[in-house]
Amino acid sequence: MPGRRAMRAGAAVATAPAPGGGTLVHRLASAPPLTLRQTGPSTVHLVSTAAGPLGGDRLSLDIDVAPHTTLELGSVAAGLVLPGHGTSEFLVTARVGAGARLRFAPEPTVLAAGCEHRLLVRLALAADAEVLWREEIVLGRHGERAGRCHARFDATRDGRPLLRQEFTVGDPALDSSPAVYGAARCVGTTFLTTPVKEPVVAEGVAVLPLAGPGTLVSALAADAVELRSRLEWGERAVRPA
Amino acid sequence: MDPAVNPAVNPAVNPALLLLADSRLPAGGHAHSGGVEQAVTSGAVHDVPSLAGFLRGRLHTAGTVAAALTAAACACAAGPPPPEPAWGLLDAEVDARTAAPAQREASRTQGRLLLRVARRVWPSPVLEGLARAVPNPHHPIALGAAAHAAGATPEEAAMAAAYHAVGGAATAAVRLLGLDPVAVHGLLAGLAPDLAAVAGAARSGGDWESLPAHSSPALDLLAEQHARADVRLFIS
Repeated sequence: MPGRRAMRAGAAVATAPAPGGGTLVHRLASAPPLTLRQTGPSTVHLVSTAAGPLGGDRLSLDIDVAPHTTLELGSVAAGLVLPGHGTSEFLVTARVGAGARLRFAPEPTVLAAGCEHRLLVRLALAADAEVLWREEIVLGRHGERAGRCHARFDATRDGRPLLRQEFTVGDPALDSSPAVYGAARCVGTTFLTTPVKEPVVAEGVAVLPLAGPGTLVSALAADAVELRSRLEWGERAVRPA
Repeated sequence: MDPAVNPAVNPAVNPALLLLADSRLPAGGHAHSGGVEQAVTSGAVHDVPSLAGFLRGRLHTAGTVAAALTAAACACAAGPPPPEPAWGLLDAEVDARTAAPAQREASRTQGRLLLRVARRVWPSPVLEGLARAVPNPHHPIALGAAAHAAGATPEEAAMAAAYHAVGGAATAAVRLLGLDPVAVHGLLAGLAPDLAAVAGAARSGGDWESLPAHSSPALDLLAEQHARADVRLFIS
């Protein structure tokens, strides 16, 4: 995208209790390239209205799920992170109130060759909030070596740390380490507040009961389709349909 | 002779650091492979080069987290304020960074054994306080507190933690694969700059919540597969 200037944009979504019960999406603030569309009574989709993010872009998304309301957030397409001038950043902050439910399951983030990206998630939960938060990272488009990425996820419950995780991508010797991603080209996690008693493991996926009230499904895969099916398998092990 | 330049009086290397990092410290470290045993079973680690990749990855993920938390624990032990009320909070920061239950258990087992040994080798009120507050602390917490009791600095404690993250795994690989022990020690020597970088980056000040939290998804999988394996030479 030659000539495109770095973008600074902040989008936001907030819910409120609907009169007579249920959820009202009472705030929906888009900021190109982050456009939010309401696609159901409590469902919102992220629609990209420009390429990127590109290096230099600073994007943020703020999610506020009011007590006893529900929000489901998805995206219509994978996010392709492209190189540009400097580091691109996507900061997602989310607050989920008492008795509220949030499902955050966007399409994967694809790290194109040469990109330099930072993905920060700060999730603050009330004690009895219910959350499913899925993140998928694809290390480069087909046949391409991934750019650089630093992803950090911090979830707290009532102010206490519940899960803190960082992923770094871009040092080929580390990425291919049998301790890190091995031969995998895709890495993904789903964090759920639903607890499980015992860990479960299958090929490329583990369902891990956290020390606090919650579960992490962690998966590695050769491609995005396999990654999604492994994560969904783990999610079903946590929450049988 | 000026004691500041006499290495016999003011050694460049703190002997406490050598004792803490020594695999002969009877704290049960030899019983853990740090994921190597399962990586050998799965075939991911099968020779010296694949072990090199494993160790580097382990050091820059789990090792980096352990070094940072160990430095924080050592600084916490030094106070002020008095460390006892804070141990539980710091221990919870390790919990939040260790998603795999098998790894949490291995860390607490090693932490408990190290604390028991350290209380006898370096008796101190700080270690008694830790044992009261968190009887089974995570290994970085026990190591940081023990390092303080032994007279080491947070930076030195971080170095011991970084070395611990690869030393035990390397020795385990020698035993499991019958690798040339000299070649494997060569790998560890080759990691010296990485060890220095990891220990040097482990700052002891500042807030705990922003300390490193590097995940190693393959290690998480290996740890849980290992916990289910029928035949095991190592506990983890």
